[in-house]
Amino acid sequence: MSSRVIHKHSRVDFSKPLSFTFDGKIYQGFAGDTLASALLANGVKTIARSFKYGRPRGIVGAWAEEPNALVQVDVGARTTPDLKATQVELYDGLVAARTSGWPSLAFDLKSLGGRFSRFMPAGFYYKTFKWPNKFWPIYENIIRRAAGYGKSPIEPDTETYDHKHHHVDVLVVGGGANGLLSALLAARSGLKVLLVDDQSELGGYLLSMPNVTIGNLYARDWVAKIITELSNSPNVTLLERTTAFALHDMNMIQAVELVQDHLPHHERKPEQRRERMHRIRAKQVILATGAFERPLVFGNNDLPGIMTVSALTTYFNRYGVSCGKNAIILTSNDLAYQGVADLAEGGMNITLIDTRANINPLWAARFAKLGVTIYPGYGIDQALGSNAVTGAKLVKLDSIKMSASINCDIIASSGGLSPTVHLFCHDGGRPQWKDNVLAFVVSATGRANAGIYCVGAVTGVFGLQESLSATCETITEMLAALNKKVESDDLSFNTDEINCSPAHAIFRIPTTAKAFVDFQNDVAVTDVELAVRENYRSIEHIKRYTALGFGTDQGKLSNVNGFAIAAEMLGKTIPEVGTTTYRPAYTPVSFGALAGAHVGDTFEPRRYTAIQAAHNSRNASYETVGQWMRPWYFPKPVEDIHAAVNRECLAARNNVGILDASTLGKIDIRGKDVREFLNRIYTNAWNQLAPGKCRYGLMLNEAGMVMDDGVTACISDTHFLMTTTTGGAAGVMSWLEKWHQTEWPELEVYMTSVTDHWTTAALVGPKSREVLAKLCSDIDLSKDAFKFMDWRDGTVAGVPARVFRISFSGELAYEINVDASYGHYVWEELLKAGAEFGITPYGTETMHVLRAEKGFIIVGQETDGSVTPFDLDMAWAVSMKKPYSFIGKRSLARSDTARTDRKQLVGLLTDDPNFVLKEGAQLINSDNITPPVPMLGHVTSSYYSAFLGRSIAMGFVIDGIKRRSDEGNNIVYAWADGKAVKVKIASSVFFDAEGARHDV
Amino acid sequence: MFVINCPHCNEPREEEEFHYEGEAFIARPAEPETQTDAEWGDYLFMKKNPKGWHWEMWGHSAGCRKLFVVKRNTANHAIDGAWTLTEARAAYDAEMAKI
Ligand SMILES: [Zn+2]
Repeated sequence: MSSRVIHKHSRVDFSKPLSFTFDGKIYQGFAGDTLASALLANGVKTIARSFKYGRPRGIVGAWAEEPNALVQVDVGARTTPDLKATQVELYDGLVAARTSGWPSLAFDLKSLGGRFSRFMPAGFYYKTFKWPNKFWPIYENIIRRAAGYGKSPIEPDTETYDHKHHHVDVLVVGGGANGLLSALLAARSGLKVLLVDDQSELGGYLLSMPNVTIGNLYARDWVAKIITELSNSPNVTLLERTTAFALHDMNMIQAVELVQDHLPHHERKPEQRRERMHRIRAKQVILATGAFERPLVFGNNDLPGIMTVSALTTYFNRYGVSCGKNAIILTSNDLAYQGVADLAEGGMNITLIDTRANINPLWAARFAKLGVTIYPGYGIDQALGSNAVTGAKLVKLDSIKMSASINCDIIASSGGLSPTVHLFCHDGGRPQWKDNVLAFVVSATGRANAGIYCVGAVTGVFGLQESLSATCETITEMLAALNKKVESDDLSFNTDEINCSPAHAIFRIPTTAKAFVDFQNDVAVTDVELAVRENYRSIEHIKRYTALGFGTDQGKLSNVNGFAIAAEMLGKTIPEVGTTTYRPAYTPVSFGALAGAHVGDTFEPRRYTAIQAAHNSRNASYETVGQWMRPWYFPKPVEDIHAAVNRECLAARNNVGILDASTLGKIDIRGKDVREFLNRIYTNAWNQLAPGKCRYGLMLNEAGMVMDDGVTACISDTHFLMTTTTGGAAGVMSWLEKWHQTEWPELEVYMTSVTDHWTTAALVGPKSREVLAKLCSDIDLSKDAFKFMDWRDGTVAGVPARVFRISFSGELAYEINVDASYGHYVWEELLKAGAEFGITPYGTETMHVLRAEKGFIIVGQETDGSVTPFDLDMAWAVSMKKPYSFIGKRSLARSDTARTDRKQLVGLLTDDPNFVLKEGAQLINSDNITPPVPMLGHVTSSYYSAFLGRSIAMGFVIDGIKRRSDEGNNIVYAWADGKAVKVKIASSVFFDAEGARHDV
Repeated sequence: MFVINCPHCNEPREEEEFHYEGEAFIARPAEPETQTDAEWGDYLFMKKNPKGWHWEMWGHSAGCRKLFVVKRNTANHAIDGAWTLTEARAAYDAEMAKI
C-alpha cells in the first residue's frame, strides 16, 4: 500500500488489517478506516458514474457532505443503498458495491456521445411533462434506467430498531472543539448534559488538525482530556455515531444512533438493535454543528482526484492516506493553509494556487521553507485528464489570460466554509449572510429565549482560538440565565494559529469547459444560467428547475455555490437571493429507525375480547375492526368464506347462532340529568324510557350527519348504559365530554368507558329462548314478561348477567352481558346448552348479511359523514318535537339538507339472483356509458343471502325513496369492472317487514 | 411535537396525549331554530384560521379527559398559555381589551 502514510497522529490502527470487498474485488484496509479512506488508500479513484452524463466520479469529501461516493453496503436482508462511503466505518468482511455506472464503472453507456446531455438539460422534467402523452413511454424507459442510485432490500428486515426518550437540561449537538467545550462547561455547573456526535470518535475537525496546540496541549490530547472529564461526570451522557437529524418545536431533537453496523457480522449481537432513534427534549440546545468546506467551481471540476482541501487533509492526517504525490491546491482563503502545511511537511509536492494576489507573509514564509510553489492571483480554468485528473490549466484571474498547464495527480480546492446551519433552520430559523466570512451563519444567542445557543463554526467564527473564547462567552451567558456560573479558570484557549487574512469572494472561475455546481445531480453552471435565462427568479424555483441541492447530500457542498452563482447571474447580492429552505432530515434516516418497535406485531395495539381463546379453538378467521380483532367467520374444514357464511346465516335464521358482540363500545352514564343529556345528544326522545327498557338511538354531528348509532338501556332514572359502534367508541366518548364540558356544564352527568368490563354474547335465532332457558332460571323469559327492547338482571350459567332482548338480525335474540372475567366460561356454557339445537358461532360477515337482509344500517358503511337520518329513511328515529334543539337538528332544516331529492338509501336487486354487485359500484341511469354519465349514487352493501336464495344490496340513489315505489322509474345500472348491470330499486327491508320473526 | 401544559393536570405533557378541538369560544347559538341558514352556517363552518396567535381548544384525551384553551401561534407552534374553560374567557377578554 504505497499511498499509506504511517504517522503518529493517524487515528487508523495499522496493526489491525481488515479485508473488504468493493464491486467484487477484495481490498485491504485497517481498523479506523472509513470505506472511503480505504478505497483511496488502494488507489480506487472512480467510485461512481454521474446521474445524467455518466461521467466518472470520485470521492470529494470526507464525511456527510460527500456527493458522489454512494455505495450499497452488505447483501440480502441487511443491504443498505446509498450510504456515503465517507461515513461507512470499515470492518472485516465488509461487502460494498457501486450504485451507479451501467454496465460498469469503467464504462458507462450514458457517457457515450453526450446522449443524456441533450435529453436532460435543466428543467427536463418540467418540459417533458408538457410533451404529448404518447412520448412518455419512451422517456419513462430512459429515465427509469438512469434514475436513482442503489437498490432497496427486497427481503424482510431481520434487524430490530427502537426509540429512546431523553429529557435533559442541555443537549450539545456536535463533538468538535466547541461542542466538547460547551458540554464541559455545562457539565461542570451540574446540569444534565447529553452530547451527540455523528462520527465514530469525538473531536470533530481537531482529528484532522493534529499539529495545532490549544493551551500547552496538542489538539488530540486536549480532546482526550475533555472526554475523560466528561466520561467521569455522572450527569453527562456521550453518544457517538449519533446524528441529530431534526430539530422540532420546543427543542425536540431527533437523533439516530448507528448501534452496531460498524462491527463485523460475527461481533454483532442478535439481541442488540441495529439503529436507535433518540427523541430528545432539551431545555437548552447547543448547536456545535460546525461547517463543511465548499469547493471552488472550475472546468472539469468533477474529475476523479479532485476533492476539497479539508478532505485531502483529513485523509492524510486522520486516516494516514496520501491521495496523491503531486497536488495542486486551489484556495480563496487562509483556512486551507494549515492542511497545506501538514501535507507539504508530510512529503507531498504542492503547487498552491491562491485566487488572491497577496499572500499572508507569515504563511508565504512558511510555505517557502516547505518548498511549496505559489501562484498568487491565479485560478484553475480547467482540470485535465479523462478518467482521473492528470493536471490543470491555470488562468491569471486579473487578465483572464491562460497560463501553462501543470501536471498533478490530485487537485484540492477550498472556497471557504459553509456552516452547518440545518438544525437551526428546521423549525423556521433563517441563516444570515455575513460578508466578512463569506458564509450563511447563525447567531450565537439570537434564539436564546427559545433555549437555542450556537457555538463554533456554525456561527461563522472559524478561527479555533477565537471560537473557543466565543463559546466560553456564550455558555457563560446561557448559564447566567439559569443562575449558574461558568467554571473555566483552568482552561486556556491560546492556540498557535496564524491570524487569517481576508478571504476572496469567489465561487467559480469562468471557463468554457463544463463546470459542475452540484455533482450528485449533475447541475452545471450552464444549468443555473439556463434557469435564469428562462426567467426563474426565486432561488426555490431555480433549485427545483435545476435539481440543485436535491438528493442524498442535500447540497451540503453545492448549495452556497449555487446561490452565489445564481446571484451573480441575477445581478443580485447573495443575501438578496437567500437560501432554499432547510428541512429535516439533515442526512438520510432509515425507515427502520423511524418505525422503531412499531412494526409487525407491535405496530399497533391489538385488542382481543375475553373469549378469544374460544374463537381460536373453533378455527375463527379474523378481521380487524378499529383495533379489535373480531371473528370474521368460522370455517369448517374445506369450507371457503362463502360456504361458511351461508351455513352460519342459515343456522341463525333456522335454529340458533351466537356472536361475540363484546367489542361494541359501552359508556356508563350516571347523574340526575342523564335523560336530558341523551335528549340533546340523540335524535330521539328519552323522557319516557322506563327502567328495564332499551331504545335505539341515532347520533348526529352538528351538521346533521349521522355519526354513530346504538342501543341505550335505562338502568334507573339516573343511570343509563349507552352502546356505540365498535370503531366509534372513543370518538363518541370525547364527543359526549366535549358537549358536556363546553355547552352543558350545568347538567349533572358522569361518563365512564366500560367497553372492556363486559363480555357480550348475542344469542340469535328461533331457538335462542330455549337455549337461554336452560341456563337462566331467575328471569321470566316468556314473550309477554320479557318483551322485545327490554332488559333484565339475572344470572346466566350461575353468573350475574344483564340480558337485553334486542336484535340486530330481525330474529328473536338475547344479548347476554356478564363481567368479562366470566365471559369465556359463560360463552362455553351457552355453546354446550345450545349443542342440541345446533348452535353455531358466527362472525362479523354473517352479522353483516343478517342485518342487511333486514335493511339495518352500519354506520361507516351506509354512512360517510354526508348522510342524514332522512337520507337513510329513518325519520322514525328522529323526534322533531323535543324542546331542546338536539345536536344536528337545526342543520336538518338547512336548504341543502332539507332537499327531498338527495341521495337516499334503498335496496337494490339484480335480475340474476346469483350476481352479487360490487360494493362501491357507481349507480347510473342507463347502460350507455358515453360520457358525461351522471352519477346517481353507489352501492354501499352487497351480499349473497343464502336464506333468501338470492343476492341483495343496499345503496344510495338520488331521489331513491320516490323511485323505489315508481314502477316505471325504478331501474338503474351498477357500473363496475367495465360492466353495467341492471338493478331494480326496492325496499331495503328484504323480508319480514312487519317484524314477526322477533315478535315471538 | 410541542408540549402542552394541561391546566387541570398542571403538568407539561407531549402533544401526543392531546387531541385538537378547534377554535375556542365558538358558542352554540342559544336558539338554533331562530337562526337563518347563513347565521347557522357561520356557526358551523366559518373558522378563523389565522397565521399567528390563535385561541383554540385542546382535550387531554390520554390524561384527565378535560377540555381547555390554549393560545398557540400557528406559524411557529409557540404556546403562550393554557387555561381551564372557566378561566379562559377572562384571559381572552383581558388580552382583547389591551389591543
Ligand atoms: Zn390533564
